[in-house]
Amino acid sequence: MQPTSHAFVENAHRALNDAQLHAALGHMKAGFQDKRAATIARMPEFEDLRDQGRAIKNHTLAHLDAYLERFEAKVTETGGRVHWAPTPAEARDAILKICQAAGARTVTKGKSMIAEEIALNEHLAANGIEPIETDLGEYIIQLRGELPSHIIAPAIHLVKEQVAESFYAHHTELDPKRPLDDARALTDEARAMLRQRFLAADVGITGANFLIAETGSTVIVTNEGNGDLTQNLPRIHIVIASIEKVVPTLEDSATILRLLARSATGQEYSAYTTFSTGPKRPGDLDGPDEFHVVILDNGRSALLGTPAQETLRCIRCGACMNHCPIYASVGGHAYGWVIPGPIGAAINPGLIGLEEAGHLPNASTFCGRCESVCPMRIPLPSIMRHWRERQHERKLSPGTVRAGLGLWAWAARRPRLYRFGTRLAAALLGRLGRRRGRLKRLPLAGGWTDWRDLPAPEGRTFQQHWAARRSGAGR
Amino acid sequence: MVSGPGSMSGTSSSEARDAPRIGLFVTCLVDFFRPSVGFAAVRLLEQAGCAVEVPAAQTCCGQPAYNSGDRADSKAIARDVIAAFEGFDYVVAPSGSCAGMLSHHYPELFADEPEWERRARDLARRSFELVAFLVDVRGMQAVADAAYAGRVTYHDGCSGLRELKVKRQPRALLSSVAGLELTELPGAEVCCGFGGTFCVKYPEISNRMVEEKAADIVGTGADTLLAGDLGCLLNMAGKLKRQGAPVRVRHVAEVLAGMTDTPAIGDTPEP
Repeated sequence: MQPTSHAFVENAHRALNDAQLHAALGHMKAGFQDKRAATIARMPEFEDLRDQGRAIKNHTLAHLDAYLERFEAKVTETGGRVHWAPTPAEARDAILKICQAAGARTVTKGKSMIAEEIALNEHLAANGIEPIETDLGEYIIQLRGELPSHIIAPAIHLVKEQVAESFYAHHTELDPKRPLDDARALTDEARAMLRQRFLAADVGITGANFLIAETGSTVIVTNEGNGDLTQNLPRIHIVIASIEKVVPTLEDSATILRLLARSATGQEYSAYTTFSTGPKRPGDLDGPDEFHVVILDNGRSALLGTPAQETLRCIRCGACMNHCPIYASVGGHAYGWVIPGPIGAAINPGLIGLEEAGHLPNASTFCGRCESVCPMRIPLPSIMRHWRERQHERKLSPGTVRAGLGLWAWAARRPRLYRFGTRLAAALLGRLGRRRGRLKRLPLAGGWTDWRDLPAPEGRTFQQHWAARRSGAGR
Repeated sequence: MVSGPGSMSGTSSSEARDAPRIGLFVTCLVDFFRPSVGFAAVRLLEQAGCAVEVPAAQTCCGQPAYNSGDRADSKAIARDVIAAFEGFDYVVAPSGSCAGMLSHHYPELFADEPEWERRARDLARRSFELVAFLVDVRGMQAVADAAYAGRVTYHDGCSGLRELKVKRQPRALLSSVAGLELTELPGAEVCCGFGGTFCVKYPEISNRMVEEKAADIVGTGADTLLAGDLGCLLNMAGKLKRQGAPVRVRHVAEVLAGMTDTPAIGDTPEP
């Protein structure tokens, strides 16, 4: 997809003035934070499990080539095929070729952020193949022509009235007077509409939460069962995943699965956890005739050996964005690319470039709540700071900001001069704000005073008072 | 041995000799906006049996540069701070954010310079946030003589909370302040939207965050908001005052030291 991360400030402005979005995002605390906290409170070994998860991923990333090759060998052994895709274009083409060879007209899709990353739907549609999203949230936003705003809850930016509007507008074959005022009615309708599409699809495309090197299996977790229908009913199953999804063993995936749902939705396990290994074997009752795994790099391997490598531990649980006050203020679309929230701010500069994504690692207070909930202990603020340092080095930050900062730092290294300057400024501002105790407006400080008052300084600096006290001349 | 807080009223010469030497890291915001917080810190440290000094060579911990990606200037400022505070038994700051910078980020900054890394680690080991220092290091269990008639709520500054685990210490001491009633703030652990330069780089987002924070504060019915970081306090007070909310805002040290005769942050002075 075409990123709009460079327009983050404008995107955020629009989002902040969207009352429906504000209402929708208001559900995040009860929906995600409280549930996660309750589940984890019941699991005394959670912190140890986080250490284990981190160790598994660190080990895998240190031997990524070996595990990916082992995965490919196992997939081949079980009758499937791996397609390596260094770039989105190569991934799209590999998938299109498989679909075309099968004479596919419709393709069902389970939720996949990698499919979003490579803009797969547009590519299939442009080539005469209809992609049908089967995850409820993805189905809704596909009808609305929108992009996901969250990695596990793609339609979290919507309230149910907006969903009902879209269903009335698109399901024109149904009674226009039918009631659609609760979540149940909406879900039932989507389910009924999708059932035919599942049965008619020629190809099913899913993402993967894990690729298991030991067995050549791919794993998905869902709560709707749509993934299973997507991958079991059509003749062909294509898995699209990025390189960092590989883990060495089944045991490793089981360890990380214990972290995943708890961190994501506060469930102990999601409703469905499905392991797929190769196509249907002789004697199997079901399963696809063909099993393909398309593995995307798209800049990830270039992050290996850099501080941003740690972002490759991410298991896409969404906990960081569920707990991020910035995300809660502006929603996912403002970030302007596939992965929003703190993990997006940490990884997107590596995938789409710092010129495009420069705002994202800056739009953080470094409050650290993301890191504190990340099941993989990714040091998200440190990685955002890493990108800020690269921006500073490459002079990508605004010249005025760099000049102001440089001047301030120069003064901060000269304590006598600094004390002199702060004394003057404190006296001036203290005088301006003496009557009210605060300033409503201050030249060059509109970033502050447009939104809140500036409490006035007391008038003399601490160093002034202290020097006076030391010399016995006052306080 | 140093005198404990139980015998802190005495200032006999032997106690003064044994008192740990504290270098007070005033912080640039306290120095500039609210010196009374610095004096509250001095009083609390003295009550805890410490001898307090304030090195004149300090300005700022360097976070504005560090968080703006300016590593060279951050290191230059950090070297000055390390040098200025060498030789003190402890370095104490009335701020979780600045104390976190000294104790967590300085050693990271010098990961590629072994000699400075050693000095940074030595400073880090000696550096503490004020209230955590009083409780965890000096064993203070109750304030000396502070009283505060009011219903108070408390915001946990992010760096203090998550980097330094400052959470129970201010509550423990506040519970000993005569007349003070503490009401917990819903979302006390959620950032107020200050974030240093963030609040002026992304003011509209910062505003939304502090609006939500102000609503939570007003919702508690408390008449006073306390926190341990002046950055957060200026932001929250600025928003509450702009809204005309009848909430007084103070640094927790002012209340613990019983120094609440100055106007609260952003409040109009008594005529």
